[in-house]
Amino acid sequence: MHALQFVAKRLLLMIPILIGISILTFAISNTIPGDPARLILGPKATPEGLEALREDMGLNDPLYVQYGRYMGGIAQGDLGQSTYSQRPVLNDLLRYSPATFELTMFAMVVTLVVGIPFGIISASRKDKLADQFTRIFALLGVAMPAFWLGLLLLLFFYLKLGVLPGSGRLDGGMAPPDYITGMYTVDALLTGNWPVLYAAIMHLILPGLTLAAVTIGMITRMTRSSMLSVLKSDYIRTAYAKGAPENRVLYGHALRNGVMPVITLLGMAFGHALGGSVLVEAVFSWPGLGQYAVNAINYLDFPAVMGVTLLIAVIFILVNLIVDTLYFFIDPRLKHN
Amino acid sequence: MVRRITSSPLTVLGLVIVLIILITAAFAPVIATHSPTEVDLVSKLEAPSAEHYFGTDEVGRDIFSRIVYGTRISLRIGLLVVAISFPIGTILGAIAGYIGGRVDQVIMRITDIFLSFPGIILAMSIAAALGPSIENVMLALAATWWPWYTRIVRSSVLSIKHSEYIEANRALGANPFRILFKEIVPNAMAPATIQASLDLGFVILAAAGLSFIGLGAQPPSPEWGAMLSNSREILREAWWAATFPGLAILLTVLGFNLLGDGLNDLLDPKQR
Amino acid sequence: MALLEVTNLKQHFIIKKGFLGEKTTVKAVDGVSLFIEEGQTLGIVGESGCGKSSLGRSILRLAEPTEGSIKFKGEEVTDMNAKQMKELRKEMQIVFQDPYASLNPRNTVRQILEAPLAIHNIGSRKERREKVELLVEKIGLRKDQLNNYPHEFSGGQRQRIGIARALMLEPRLIIADEPVSALDVSVQSQVLNLMLELQQEMNLSYMFISHDLSVVQHISDKVAVMYLGKVVEISDVEKVYSDPKHPYTRALLSALPVPDPTQKKERIILQGDLPSPSNPPSGCPFHTRCPMATKECAEIVPPLEEKTPGHFAACIHT
Repeated sequence: MHALQFVAKRLLLMIPILIGISILTFAISNTIPGDPARLILGPKATPEGLEALREDMGLNDPLYVQYGRYMGGIAQGDLGQSTYSQRPVLNDLLRYSPATFELTMFAMVVTLVVGIPFGIISASRKDKLADQFTRIFALLGVAMPAFWLGLLLLLFFYLKLGVLPGSGRLDGGMAPPDYITGMYTVDALLTGNWPVLYAAIMHLILPGLTLAAVTIGMITRMTRSSMLSVLKSDYIRTAYAKGAPENRVLYGHALRNGVMPVITLLGMAFGHALGGSVLVEAVFSWPGLGQYAVNAINYLDFPAVMGVTLLIAVIFILVNLIVDTLYFFIDPRLKHN
Repeated sequence: MVRRITSSPLTVLGLVIVLIILITAAFAPVIATHSPTEVDLVSKLEAPSAEHYFGTDEVGRDIFSRIVYGTRISLRIGLLVVAISFPIGTILGAIAGYIGGRVDQVIMRITDIFLSFPGIILAMSIAAALGPSIENVMLALAATWWPWYTRIVRSSVLSIKHSEYIEANRALGANPFRILFKEIVPNAMAPATIQASLDLGFVILAAAGLSFIGLGAQPPSPEWGAMLSNSREILREAWWAATFPGLAILLTVLGFNLLGDGLNDLLDPKQR
Repeated sequence: MALLEVTNLKQHFIIKKGFLGEKTTVKAVDGVSLFIEEGQTLGIVGESGCGKSSLGRSILRLAEPTEGSIKFKGEEVTDMNAKQMKELRKEMQIVFQDPYASLNPRNTVRQILEAPLAIHNIGSRKERREKVELLVEKIGLRKDQLNNYPHEFSGGQRQRIGIARALMLEPRLIIADEPVSALDVSVQSQVLNLMLELQQEMNLSYMFISHDLSVVQHISDKVAVMYLGKVVEISDVEKVYSDPKHPYTRALLSALPVPDPTQKKERIILQGDLPSPSNPPSGCPFHTRCPMATKECAEIVPPLEEKTPGHFAACIHT
């Protein structure tokens, strides 16, 4: 199959999923929370006032009409008005997402840099001390509440030792770098703003490591089991039997095939990190989508919550599409299928 | 059977942890040294001691006793969410895999939609829509959890459906009902059951997360996530308030995880 | 009257392929006629993908045949309703190739062997137990092994269990689909001999499907050679092996080891690959690989003709 054909097919398959997601979010936002009119007018509203507002908001229309209107709004970038910030939800999302993106990307990079080598070491030293240690570490990572780890890190490195900052994206009073991507580290690097770059990285460390802990556990476990199954395969045994040196077998033959399946799971790990960012941002007062969502929840700002949900779902789908496409280019078998 | 369980130290550890959790939940009033909700401003923010094993919080409540009572809440959440989502998910998965065709397509597209949200995000928005309470968090988690069982059961039903021993049964004249319930279901349930035991831990973890951001249990409930949320205010003064509830969550998730892995080996007939 | 008579049986599968799901038809079985007499064994040989397994499943209606007639004891099988089919299954049974996949890993041997009786409501609990115990000794396992699970047995033992399951209902005909191909050579002959013993004792008929010509020679009375869904040669086993009439059969036989090493034998190497059954060649399906092929072979579909008395082959050159 041709690469373009593959991407086209995947894009086509995305359409029903996106429609499904919009229906689901519509169902959550429009049918579950009871009566939005009452929510707005409060408990002291008169029946006449409620009825008028309902009519005004189109709540008396049939559901499919309401859905059509909702979809029409989304298509034009109208995600409603945040009742807390009093701004259009889309504006808020654009404003808060670079921070989340920066945090999540940092966590993913850490995950790959730590998780894959750990998995490989664990597999190549199966049942040895290094393996036992890595496995326990990975298991703890998976079972650990990330927000709790965040609190402990905060307690130790910020409150006790005072070596790392504990909240926000920059030191107090520091002006953010000129806006290019909205990700401070990238922007500071591009504009050569070294003090800000340093501060931005320092601020990223604790939340980034907290967020990475869970995904490191996942990726380490997957890499280990994938490497183990490759190491058991006949062609690796053949390579050993030929007398090829261990390192060459491990890094020349096994690595490529052992790590490849892990790539397909990167999308899932990214989704996990996105979800986890909600909690981690709350711990470190990181002004991203998660923090925004948590504030919105506390102020019963429903359009904002749904906006974040929709945006994260769309990002998740796109990331999975990218990962699959990447995999398509890496795995020669798929091209000839 | 007993020997097989005891031959794996990690499974034993998991079993011991889960047993401790069960006993703690069952005998919470006996084990707890104080009331979980009683305010005692005289002894507020006390460090761990012989009187207060895990210290006290900002209004003097005994953290150890709160954690002990919190076990009941967490266990109830885990069990109920799995009890709701497991049957829904497995039945849909069995139908999708066995009937196939259009029915399969429709069911699987719906699960795709649910799975295209990172789990906690979907649960968060449903719980937010329903309003903050433990019951709503359970509903929200159940609503996001079932598609996993559907997927697992469907794929095992599919692989079993085309196996030769099913064909052998058709050749013997067995009716579809017998084939589904005597041959396919028992084989297909094992992976989903293992997943369910792992999920008991993960559901508790997710519920604690939702409580942490203010969606689940509301103060003064001794729910672990809510306790952690509360501990942020007194992090500087009372490290113990943040440490012990998290440790309780970690141990619980770990226990169910280890048990699930052990179960995985146990339910495999090749090792019986 | 023959026990089983198959006439012009066709089994076509429609499969979707490619991005837009274009449909293609695979003619797995394409007009096969044959019969099996009471107490006899018909061997079916051919390369993998020639449709021999589909033929077996089609006769048992495990896959619905597309066209043609199947008569068992003179009764038309393709017209039977569910109830009649269930009755028929007592008389026609199947043994599968893979003894690892054909037994439910979660059931004990006893459960596996009692299942056929339970399905057909035969006998009381006690009678079923006794019947299972009787048969299990017949196939060379011990009574105390009945409570074991399939994975606790060797491949040969598992295949014996598979045979015992097929025999529980005391059928007249057993379709054996490559029953020994998955087994070690040393175990193969044990299972074959068991099948021959059981045949004598219970007056069974076999349809024995295999790609292994020497195994088929050992067990069969008659042999049918299949190529791309068609029977290209059929006759008594001696006739086919001593004087093959179809070039495909000759090629297959030339690959067999010869007992006498001084006897010189030319090995016929077939050119090219087996064509896809979804896109078979025109004319004689074998002409793309046949050493004797001429221009006409690409045009004429050769009929199955009686070349010498009782010896049929589908080739215009012999």
